Amino acid sequence: MAQVHLRDVVKKYGPLEVVHSINLDIADGEFVVLVGPSGCGKSTTLRMVAGLEGISGGQVKIGGRVVNDLPPRERNISMVFQNYALYPHMTVRENLGFSLKIAKQSQADIDKAVDEAAEILSLTPLMDRKPGALSGGQRQRVAMGRAIVRHPEVFLFDEPLSNLDAKLRTQMRVEIKKLHQKLKSTIIYVTHDQIEAMTLADRIVIMRDGHIEQVGTPLDVFENPVNTFVGTFIGSPPMNLLSGTVKGSSIEFEDGTLLPVPPGYEIADGQAVTFGVRADNIMPVGHALPRGEHMAEVEMAVDLTEPLGTETLLFATLAGTEVQAKMLNPRPVQSGERMTFQIMLDKCHLFDAETGATLRK
Amino acid sequence: MASNLNHRVRRHTLKGLHFFGLFTAMMVLCVPGLWIVLNSFRPTVEIMAKPPVWIPNDLNLDHYRAMFSGIGEGGVPVLTYFANSLVISVTSTVIALLIGMAGGYAFARYKFNFKGGMFVGLMVTRAVPGVALSLPLFILFARIGIIDTHFGLILAYVALNVPFTIWLIDGFFRQVPPELAEAAEIDGCTRWQAFWRVEFPVARAGIASAGIFAFLTSWNEYALASQLTRSTTSKTMPVGLLDFTSEFTLNWGGMCALAVLMIIPALILTFLVQKHLIAGLTFGGVKG
Repeated sequence: MAQVHLRDVVKKYGPLEVVHSINLDIADGEFVVLVGPSGCGKSTTLRMVAGLEGISGGQVKIGGRVVNDLPPRERNISMVFQNYALYPHMTVRENLGFSLKIAKQSQADIDKAVDEAAEILSLTPLMDRKPGALSGGQRQRVAMGRAIVRHPEVFLFDEPLSNLDAKLRTQMRVEIKKLHQKLKSTIIYVTHDQIEAMTLADRIVIMRDGHIEQVGTPLDVFENPVNTFVGTFIGSPPMNLLSGTVKGSSIEFEDGTLLPVPPGYEIADGQAVTFGVRADNIMPVGHALPRGEHMAEVEMAVDLTEPLGTETLLFATLAGTEVQAKMLNPRPVQSGERMTFQIMLDKCHLFDAETGATLRK
Repeated sequence: MASNLNHRVRRHTLKGLHFFGLFTAMMVLCVPGLWIVLNSFRPTVEIMAKPPVWIPNDLNLDHYRAMFSGIGEGGVPVLTYFANSLVISVTSTVIALLIGMAGGYAFARYKFNFKGGMFVGLMVTRAVPGVALSLPLFILFARIGIIDTHFGLILAYVALNVPFTIWLIDGFFRQVPPELAEAAEIDGCTRWQAFWRVEFPVARAGIASAGIFAFLTSWNEYALASQLTRSTTSKTMPVGLLDFTSEFTLNWGGMCALAVLMIIPALILTFLVQKHLIAGLTFGGVKG
């Protein structure tokens, strides 16, 4: 187990810079998830830590050791790939024991370590099969087994669940989390799925266009997004964003609708802002959480509904923009029905209309 | 009911027609081969008979016996020819495979300047018929003194086979996900170990099929070999067949007997690796 430090790490392909001088400190035993849309540099960053991509600038340290120019085999890491990358010509047992065999360990030691890993991941009945004869979830577990058998300092996961169906993904997510609790090892995990990021991470690193946008615990990035990108990327459904202008203690939207400035913001008159509110904080009267201190009411016509069982998502239009609201204890709603919604202002966000950065002090 | 019957009749008719079509095609393919085998066991009179004798009356090993007997009794140095063929084919195949693996891997995995151009260039060399090269090669080889040597023919066959093996093996390595080698490197392999322990075994089927093709090309090649070999020291079996022609006669029986000897190793080899061959040729079809 080890800490991982990234200092001003840059990745260039020819003249094209894809990762721009990022800094990240990962503590021993921490589960860090890199998340972002495709092409944001998260996989490239992981591959630089793994040694599969060269580092164009800066420094990567694993366990206090600079590893910039070390080949992957000398970094004491293991990695789970998106397509599992199991060796198709070897049985599960051989796949699991491959790294130990390469390290020239004795057959007895290999068998012991392999059986132990197989036990943890309940692979024991599959040991003599080849990867081709395994289901997606089983292959995934073999890939994880291959990673843990060596007791590396750092585990790297590159979108390991994206080839699985939704149900298996949820199941494997739990298994990965349990595995982390059991092994207490440092994990860097890459995904584009914000739910995976939220559920697994000790800390989330949100990336966009080769930059780190925000680093924080799942709740922190959910509740205090530093900009509109993080606000819309983390959380499902994405945060509703409305553009308006501050007028005294209110925000005036394009169609003249007025809402009070949320508490905690002090903004100069006339500033253009983006008002952010999550669906969880905009609910129809009578189907909402208990009233808070700072509430505002708006009336909207419902355009579309998505019943989800315990709640229904309502699509409505506020100030010319489509917003999503949540209805708890749902009742059937006709499209076109006008309802009064409560907005919990203390959960709302204001961002600079130009830069998208939060205006919270 | 009637329409059910109609469909059943149609299905059976189609099946019958398919069978007949396949049978005809196989016959066209196989009869010349069978005719060679048959003729190698028949007396010359029967081979030359007009109208042809389809059902043999007399089968014997006379042609084989004659072929293996001394010079002047209709014998040819079969074993020397066989050894020449074997040495030349095996050596040129091994070299072509090694170069093909290196080249195919490079084309499949790495980016480099003029990659597309080089690849097309390699393929274009295949467009030149081998015979067209025989005279330039003859002159060149004669100048540097490698006419009538194993080395000369091996060189020619390697050159002939390399573009093809590179092309075929490139295709197979493309099918092997690069993550396999990366996983192996993370598991502690050097780049070289990752290739030999993971990528090579996975692409084995394809490499085997490339090997078979290269071997058969060299084993059966006649046009170049007839120009570049002179004596028993380097003549291969296809060229050896010409020993049965003389000014006024053609010893068809002897020729067929030698041809059978030539076919057998190729046939055995193909059978041995046919599983790989088929797996290799259909490798790209289904994603594993």
